[in-house]
Amino acid sequence: MTSSITTASKGSKILGMTSIVGFAVLVLLAFFVTDPDIRFHPETGEEFGQFDAVRLLYLHVPLIIVTYLAFVICAIASAGYLVKLTFWWDSMAHAAGEVGTLTCALVLITGSIWGRPVWNTWWEWGDVRVMSTLILFLLFLGYLALRGAFVNPQRAARPAAIVALIAVLDIPLINRSVEWWENRTLHQKSTLSELKIEDLTLFTLMLGILVSLLVMSWLILHRFRVAWLEHVEFEQGIKTAIEERRQMDNED
Amino acid sequence: MKRLFADIGLITGKDLKIELRSRVLINQVAPFALMILVLFGIALDADQQSLRNFASGLFWISVLLCALMAISRSMTIERDDEALVGLNLSGVDPIAIFLGKTCAIAIQLLVLEIFLGVGIILLYRSEVEDLWLLVSTGLFACIAISALGTIFGFLASGLGVRETLLPILLLPLLLPVLIGATRAFDDALGVAAINGWNWFAFVAGLTVILTAVGAGANHLMAEN
Amino acid sequence: MTHLGYLLAGWGLSSFIVLLYAFRLLKRGAELSARVPSEHARWMSSPKQNGR
Repeated sequence: MTSSITTASKGSKILGMTSIVGFAVLVLLAFFVTDPDIRFHPETGEEFGQFDAVRLLYLHVPLIIVTYLAFVICAIASAGYLVKLTFWWDSMAHAAGEVGTLTCALVLITGSIWGRPVWNTWWEWGDVRVMSTLILFLLFLGYLALRGAFVNPQRAARPAAIVALIAVLDIPLINRSVEWWENRTLHQKSTLSELKIEDLTLFTLMLGILVSLLVMSWLILHRFRVAWLEHVEFEQGIKTAIEERRQMDNED
Repeated sequence: MKRLFADIGLITGKDLKIELRSRVLINQVAPFALMILVLFGIALDADQQSLRNFASGLFWISVLLCALMAISRSMTIERDDEALVGLNLSGVDPIAIFLGKTCAIAIQLLVLEIFLGVGIILLYRSEVEDLWLLVSTGLFACIAISALGTIFGFLASGLGVRETLLPILLLPLLLPVLIGATRAFDDALGVAAINGWNWFAFVAGLTVILTAVGAGANHLMAEN
Repeated sequence: MTHLGYLLAGWGLSSFIVLLYAFRLLKRGAELSARVPSEHARWMSSPKQNGR
């Protein structure tokens, strides 16, 4: 019954190695090559800005992108499951949901660490994006809690898919309500859309996004394979139990 | 359509009759609601001005916590003796089951809201400046809470960890309702100079969306 | 470098958590692979009835 095949494959090893090399290059650029954010007040000449704390954004911003992408994949895979009813889609939804939850936690952690020196606070209730990200994290924690409550992964598939789709539909409502609630944010406007950053800083940020996508892909691939194995193991367990029961009946 | 409304009435009536006989709402949930109001008062050091300022938020948090109990109770009565299986096999439209249970929970929540409303007026000395806004928001918000609560109650039903799972699943999704209803109540109680009717419109919109989402999710669950 | 502590905390904690999760995934994958027949271990090689 044992298998020589593991969740690692030639492709995943290449993906993994590329991610590690990319991450090393990213760290090099983020810490040693790019400049800190130092600006000078036009009237007083005083220095201000994020200084070296800006180097955290090369991690924080890519994590945000990866988080939302993972949740979109989870939603699409959940819808796919409800249509196709195969546990390929379910495994993909589970993998993307779990990885998205992890990266969302990292967004909150890195955001909080970045916020301390820059905003002088670990947490800001009035910031729309902080609140929305926290709620998103809680939503998908609930999704994982629901999955974990079922012993049979196949029985969890439909409820989990429904919860994921409801959560994704509710996210714009949550964002809107939080925005109207306070109507203020400490967050600067979108880093990428206004293109205030340029040259090496922009390159490093883009590299950060690419590396994060590679890492996310590796994690989702392996998590998918683990979820697939869990499904197969459960099915095999049932088949073995039925076979054993048949043998007992035959002996009788 | 007539049959659908009749079935909804049947399910709602069944749940309410069970509630009237068991009196769980009166004996357990209402005292729990009162306890929450008292605990908030103690925790905030019974500072009258703070209690008045925060009355809306405290009211709606109390409603949400009581709603969890009401939803859990609503699912428990279906779990006993496999009653839900019997209901599904009886030929009643799943939509009628969903809407019927939603109505039953909403009516119970409405009673609780009236009880809590009196509570915040007496205990927190809140003053009602716009009764229509208060009543309208309370009505629509409890329908929204009930609709989403019913569907998540069904999802978590049958699981050993349903009591702890339901809050984790439901509360983050109800955040827009909490925000909208709290802001509308802030205006209705004269605590904030905002346009509460805009927030009521938001809550009303949410109610329509969440009820539709709940009905859709119920349809998907029923296919199983 | 200013804010070095915050930088090390942010980057270090994130890297550590991701590495820990990756390690757990690989470990769990190896454990499950040892219990499942080879022909069912991957979705690409699985028979159609396995939800492929």
